[in-house]
Amino acid sequence: MASVMSRAGSGIRSFFATIWNTKGLARYMFWAGLVITLVFVVCALFAPWVAPYGFDQTAAHGVDFPKLGPYDSTHLLGTNDQFFDIESRMIWGARTAIEVVLLSVILAGLVGVPLGLLSGFVGGWVDRILVFLMDAMYAFPSLLLAIVFSFLLKGKIGSGILAAALSLTAIYIPQYFRVVRNTTVSAREATYVEAARAIGAPPLTIMRKYLFSNVVQSVPVLATLNAADALGTLAALGFLGLGIQPTQASEWGYDLSRAIDDAQGGNWLPAFWPGLMIVLLITALTLVGEGLNETINPALRRRRLKPVMFGPRVPADVVGTGPSGGTGGTFDNAAADMEGGRP
Amino acid sequence: MSSSAGSGSLARYILIRVILVIPMMLVLLTVVFILLRVAPGDPVTAAVGGHLPPAIIAQKRHDLGLDQPLYKQYLEYLGHAARFDFGTTITDNQPVLNVVRDKGGATLTLTAGAFLVALLIGLPLGRLAGRFRDSGLDAVIRVFGIVTYAAPIFWVGVLLVAFVATHFPSWPTYGIASAQTTYVVPSHTHILIVDAIYANYWTGVFDILQHCVLPCVTLGLLITGVIIRLVRVNVIQALKGDYVEAARARGIPEGRVVRKHAFRNALVPVITVIGLQVALTLSGAVLTETTFNWPGVGSALVNYLNERDYPAVQGLVTFFAIVVVIVSLLVDILNALVDPRVRY
Repeated sequence: MASVMSRAGSGIRSFFATIWNTKGLARYMFWAGLVITLVFVVCALFAPWVAPYGFDQTAAHGVDFPKLGPYDSTHLLGTNDQFFDIESRMIWGARTAIEVVLLSVILAGLVGVPLGLLSGFVGGWVDRILVFLMDAMYAFPSLLLAIVFSFLLKGKIGSGILAAALSLTAIYIPQYFRVVRNTTVSAREATYVEAARAIGAPPLTIMRKYLFSNVVQSVPVLATLNAADALGTLAALGFLGLGIQPTQASEWGYDLSRAIDDAQGGNWLPAFWPGLMIVLLITALTLVGEGLNETINPALRRRRLKPVMFGPRVPADVVGTGPSGGTGGTFDNAAADMEGGRP
Repeated sequence: MSSSAGSGSLARYILIRVILVIPMMLVLLTVVFILLRVAPGDPVTAAVGGHLPPAIIAQKRHDLGLDQPLYKQYLEYLGHAARFDFGTTITDNQPVLNVVRDKGGATLTLTAGAFLVALLIGLPLGRLAGRFRDSGLDAVIRVFGIVTYAAPIFWVGVLLVAFVATHFPSWPTYGIASAQTTYVVPSHTHILIVDAIYANYWTGVFDILQHCVLPCVTLGLLITGVIIRLVRVNVIQALKGDYVEAARARGIPEGRVVRKHAFRNALVPVITVIGLQVALTLSGAVLTETTFNWPGVGSALVNYLNERDYPAVQGLVTFFAIVVVIVSLLVDILNALVDPRVRY
């Protein structure tokens, strides 16, 4: 157990080392995205303490909130047409968004990754049929699929967080399937898999111990980008009135749809804030995803060269253990990273 | 699915690709059928239940063939879809094909305009970002691309409307044309702007173009983000090519190398992916049309959804599925024509 832990630890460390050693913009964009995302996560986790009011609260201390009230000391961003405090709605909205997105991405991964692994490893007719099914699903406009699913789930399990997450899950399964399946197909022929087969490892062991950790490396990038996309789709569903109902949770897309009439009348602030939240979180997640992609994908990666340091002159017999040249060290690092997850 | 022969002929590729449309269509239609006919229960009760006496509801069910066993309904549905018959709406009792015909023109106008906007903005920006990789310019363009892609269409739309309504009160902010134009222009092709040009009614054409600006820019910005990202990555990869190095070695100025050598080759994959953006554009059109009261297929779909008119939703979704399959077929064929390496 301890060895597994330490291996996971060194995996994470080498992963961050990869990011650290990447040159150029990708690194800064990654960190910027990560920081913004973390701010939202903190808001989501501590919403009851951060938000001044509840998401469906229309009065405090015996005083009713004004309708479309301007910003003042009691309502930092004003109130909207439903007498809600906009600032509180935004903070509670972060909780809803992150709950739904996390749930849907995890569910999609739980279904898509094993399915892709199996399909790629088994091959043959199973593979062909699954690929065909998934491609057909993938070709379909994602928003339409989500609309259809939430339309259906509305009648079955209502329109809460779980329903929204499930209707988003359906549209992302094919993506995990495709990525994992393609990686599996190419990894299946690798020498280490052949070796495993030669020593008599059963298929399930090969999939679990040898293929999984190699194939799963492309999943974080996909998951982050999907999370960004899922957030947009969730807001679109809310905007069309098919998402989470306002009594169940605070949702940015729904708030935006409520604010359209006010915007046409010239009061654009109630529409501005929820949209800004959506843009910020989607942008942040996209930056993280793209940053990961540029660091993990060797075709796009540019390595930062370590500055070459000339150490003090050393006696001849110690040469070789002293600090080596910068580029050499980096390349060793790169080679180590390439071998990273392989058992 | 690659053949052992390696490279087949173009004709063979196109033939196989066309034949593959049939199973793909079958899968999509089956999914639509299961989702919208089998899962939800009785569509007639959902749409008009409580408003009509049971006898009429039973009659409607019979008219729609809902009292037949499911496999018969399924086969009938496939047969109708093959003949481009998408059924009849319950709420306003008209063939879905008529809805598509009447509203499709507006959606087509919107998406064409949006693609124009996206290409005009996206191609030059993507090329600049790729050429000056990792510069400040690159950062600004990339963030612009990410933000335009990240910004919900309806938010951009609402903000544009609020801005225009405050500063240019006479500029139209919703609909496809003023009432006068729609009244005067006779309908031939069901595409309003084409009809207006055909009728030589230039005030109307100008009026429609004015109405187009906001929705097309809104939807166009979404696609711009995708195009910038794509062109940038492709230019970067094309610039690593040996032929680019060779061109540089011959002393051709860098601007010309990027423009004539790298950019052109970078465009080949872009064509494919732009074709694949049709699905995204359709999703975007639904939202744009809802935001701007644009009388297209997307806003029709949302209306039917709100009225719980399952047959109408099923018909429209079937239509979208067919459009997606046909477009992906066309994109693949176009791609095979452009790139000789694409063969089965």
